[in-house]
Order: sequence, then C-alpha cells, then structure tokens
Amino acid sequence: MTALHRLSDPLSDLFWRKPRVLLLLLLAPPLLWLGVVYIGSLAALLAQSFFSIDEFSGLINYDLTLKTYGELLRPANYDIVIRTTLMAAAVTIASAVISFPIAYYAAHFAKGRMKAFFYLAVMLPLWSSYLVKVYAWKLILAKEGILTWAIDGIGASAVLNAILAIPVIGGNSLSVSYIGTFLVFLYVWMPYMILPLQASLERVPSNLLEASDDLGATKRQTLRHVILPMAMPGMIAGSIFTFSLTLGDYIIPQIVGSSRNFIGQAVYAHQGTAGNIPLAAAFAVVPIVIMGVYLWAAKRKGAFDAL
Amino acid sequence: MPSDRASLGLRIAAFAGLLFLHLPILLIFVYAFTTEDRTYQWPPPGLTLKWFAVTWNRPDVWAAMGLSVRVAAISTAMALILGTLCAAAVSRARFFGRETISLLVILPIALPGIITGIALRSAFNIGGIPFSTLTIILGHATFCIVVVYNNVVARFRRISGPMLEASADLGANGFQTFRHIVLPNIGSALLAGGMLAFALSFDEVIVTTFTAGQQQTLPIWMLEELVRPRQRPVTNVVAMVVVLVTFLPILGAYYLTRGGSETAGGGK
Repeated sequence: MTALHRLSDPLSDLFWRKPRVLLLLLLAPPLLWLGVVYIGSLAALLAQSFFSIDEFSGLINYDLTLKTYGELLRPANYDIVIRTTLMAAAVTIASAVISFPIAYYAAHFAKGRMKAFFYLAVMLPLWSSYLVKVYAWKLILAKEGILTWAIDGIGASAVLNAILAIPVIGGNSLSVSYIGTFLVFLYVWMPYMILPLQASLERVPSNLLEASDDLGATKRQTLRHVILPMAMPGMIAGSIFTFSLTLGDYIIPQIVGSSRNFIGQAVYAHQGTAGNIPLAAAFAVVPIVIMGVYLWAAKRKGAFDAL
Repeated sequence: MPSDRASLGLRIAAFAGLLFLHLPILLIFVYAFTTEDRTYQWPPPGLTLKWFAVTWNRPDVWAAMGLSVRVAAISTAMALILGTLCAAAVSRARFFGRETISLLVILPIALPGIITGIALRSAFNIGGIPFSTLTIILGHATFCIVVVYNNVVARFRRISGPMLEASADLGANGFQTFRHIVLPNIGSALLAGGMLAFALSFDEVIVTTFTAGQQQTLPIWMLEELVRPRQRPVTNVVAMVVVLVTFLPILGAYYLTRGGSETAGGGK
C-alpha cells in the first residue's frame, strides 16, 4: 500500500462518519475569500458612505453622518442618478422588444442544427470582448464611419440630421449623443435578455397555443393573452441583467456619448481624481439599493425560477 | 392549428436581430486590414497586411498580452479550486446557509462591476496590499469562481447517488471514489468552466481598472488606446486578435457541455 493510501483510509473514514468535517473543509477556502474579503469590502464601502469630507481640508471626517447622502440630492448629482436610471430603463425595454422575436423563434421554430446555431449566435456576442464591442461601435458611429456612409447611400442623411437636431437626445454627431450611448448599451447588454427570455418561452406548451387557436383567438390575441404573460418571468429575469449592467457601466458613456455623467463615471471620478471617497461610496450605494428593490420585486413575480 | 413554420415577419425580425448582434464584430475584422491609418473611414480605401507586422513588433502589445495570459491562467486555477469546492459542498449536503452560499458566489457578478471593483480596491487599501499583478489576480479570481461553480454544480447534480454508493460498496474509500468516479465525470465540466473563466478574465476591464497599479492587461491597454489613440490600425489588429482568443474557449466550452442540462455561460 502506498503512503497516500495509508493516509487516505483513516481520513476517508473520518469524513464518512462526520460529514460535517468534510463540508467545513470544502467550504472554508471559498467562504474565507468571498465571505470575509468580498463581503467585508462591500461593508467597508457601505460604511464609507456614512462618512463625509471636510470641504476645507479635503480630509475624510469619520463621524457618522447622512450629509454625504444629502449631497446626492443636489441638482448636479440628482440629475446623474435620474439620467442613469432612465437610460437603464430605456435599454431594458428596447432589449426586451428586440430580443423577443429572436427568443421566440429560437424557442418554438428552431430545431436541431438551427437551435444550436441560434444558441451560439447569441452566446458568441455575449461572451466576446466587451471593449472590442464598444470599439466596434466607435467605428460605426464615427462621422466618417459606416453608419453615416450607409445613411448617405440610401439618401437619408436629412432624416439623421433631423434626429440629431432633437434637443437632449441629439448632438453634433451620433457618437456624442445619447442615441449613440443608448445604441452601444443596447448592443452590449441585449444578449443577457435573450437567454432567460428564450428559456421561459420554451416552457410555453404548444398545446396551449393550439387551444387558444381552437377557441378562435387571433395570433395577436394569443400573443397578448397567452404567450406574453407566460414569458414575463423570463423577461423580468433578463431585465435584471440589462438594468443592473447599464446602471453600473462607466466605460461606454465615457467613450461614446455626451459629456454628461452617469453613476458609474461619478463613482470612478469621485474615488479617483476628486478623492471624495464618501461621495463615491454613496453613489455606489444607489445602484445597490435600486437593484435590491428590483430583485425583491422580481422575486415576488417569480422571476428567479426563470433564471 | 397554428402553423409549424414561423411567419415571415417573425423570421425577418429574428434574423435582423441576430445580424445586429454580429455585424459590429465582423466590422472589426475588416478594419484590421484597412490601409487608412488616421480616421475610421468606410469603406476602407485599400486592404493591407502591414498592420499585422507592425503590431507583431510592438513590445507594449506583447507585454500586455503576456500579463493578460498570466493573470487569466492563475485566476482560472484559483477559480477552479474555489468553485469546485463550493459546488461539491452545495451539491452533497443540505445545510444551513446553503442558499446564502449560492448568492455569495453569484454576487461579484450580479452587482455592477464598478461596485466589485471599488469594494476590492478599498479592501486592498485597508489591508495595505500594494496594487500589483497579485491584486489583479485576486480580483479576477473573485468573479471567475461563479462560472466554474455554475458548470460544476450542474454536473454534480447529474452524478447519480447509486454510482457513488456502488463505489463505496466495492470497498473504495472517499478519495478513490473521487479519483475514479467523480473526477472523470466532472472532468469536462471543469474544463468548460475553466475555459469560460479564462475568457472572462482575459477580457475583464472594469474590475481591473480598480485593482491594477501600473500594470496593463490587454483590455487596459485597449481602453487606453480608446481614450488616447496612438496608432489606430494597431488597435484594430489587437481587437481582432482578442475576439479570436476569446471565441475559441467559448466554442470549446459549448461542445464540452452540449446536451447536458447546464448552459455553459448562463450567467456571465
């Protein structure tokens, strides 16, 4: 018998008799890392949002206060929160609309090879490099880029200029407008909507659709009263990703968009160059709270079963 | 009877949606060959292989690439160990706090990256750990655990209890059962999880910007080029290489987990 076996038999017996010992041994390393370091640092982040910064010295004042949260209500900061939340909502809704046909087709009509094709066709963009995707859109939206070329080609540049002339969402060119930021967000996070949506659509039994048809419902009525309600948990599950990812992103609006800030950019700027850690922490708490409420509501709607 | 074939409108909408997801990536491939070196002009005035040679001779690209590969390899190894331990514990027993552990594993990826980044940064600051390759790896391992965990926990559920009991009845101890029954069964899930973790780490930028000191991983290098472009065609070539390097592990992971109940990348 080898040395390893001589050691492993009694150990194995111990684990057999006391399964808790093995369980503890298995869990200790990941729990130490995730539980202590990760949760610990989240707690530290939360704690810092209750400190404040001394306006004169620029030093952190460690007395607990809600003053920093009060600063979030100042118009400049409040605007950032509202802007980011509206953008996240718009991205989520548009993702759901564009994803629906893809998910529905993949769930009900794609069979065999076609099904594998659809799965990979969604997985590859989802997993391909985030920065490359953002970069690709910089190429597309640039003034001399492909989109302007294509729009000129079909003679629709007047339409584009009219859209860009709309206040708030427009701008000098697509790449410095909210429309540009929105398109990139939509592109980057949309695959996260397709997968859970497809999963929930696959659970719609086809005899239910037949029954609806037999009872004389039109296609539109079946969609509205049978398919959509059953797809809802999947849609909410997908929206958790699209919404949360848009809330926290700071690179997309930095690279494509107007100079007006989003929450992620504010967090990044305040913790870095501005050195206002408490305000950065308070800003970071905003998406956590929004997502907390969102997750709680989603759980009540049964969206977690669709994940 | 509703027809078995999709209506024309649905088919067009579905394929147009897929096209929307793929055209931008294909575009990068074309730009890697363009002769235009200052603007993003479309259509490309000419095609050339010159920029591949220029990129090949850039030491900064190689340095960033080397660091990315090193970081991804070590983070993947750490995630494989921690993720498998977690999956083994969660799948073998029902215990208090089991749900909490699944949540804990998913959290670094469910919360926006900037939160994970800033939280880790403050932890490293408090712990007095200087920012280095090590801190990048620790950050990456934290969010890579979940992909390994997801893949392996799904496979553990499929290993049947009777098989493990049979192994014990035939006199195998726990380690032998692990070596001869469990390991061969979870092998491909481990490989798939590892490949995905590698792809995830290789591509990560948001958490990295918070945990890196002076080091540049390839995504950080690209971010720098996006904000302050130096030689645009080199960025195009690097972007294409990055797409290829991340696609291969994803395709590999797909083929390894195909047919099972697990979805390779369910939650990135």
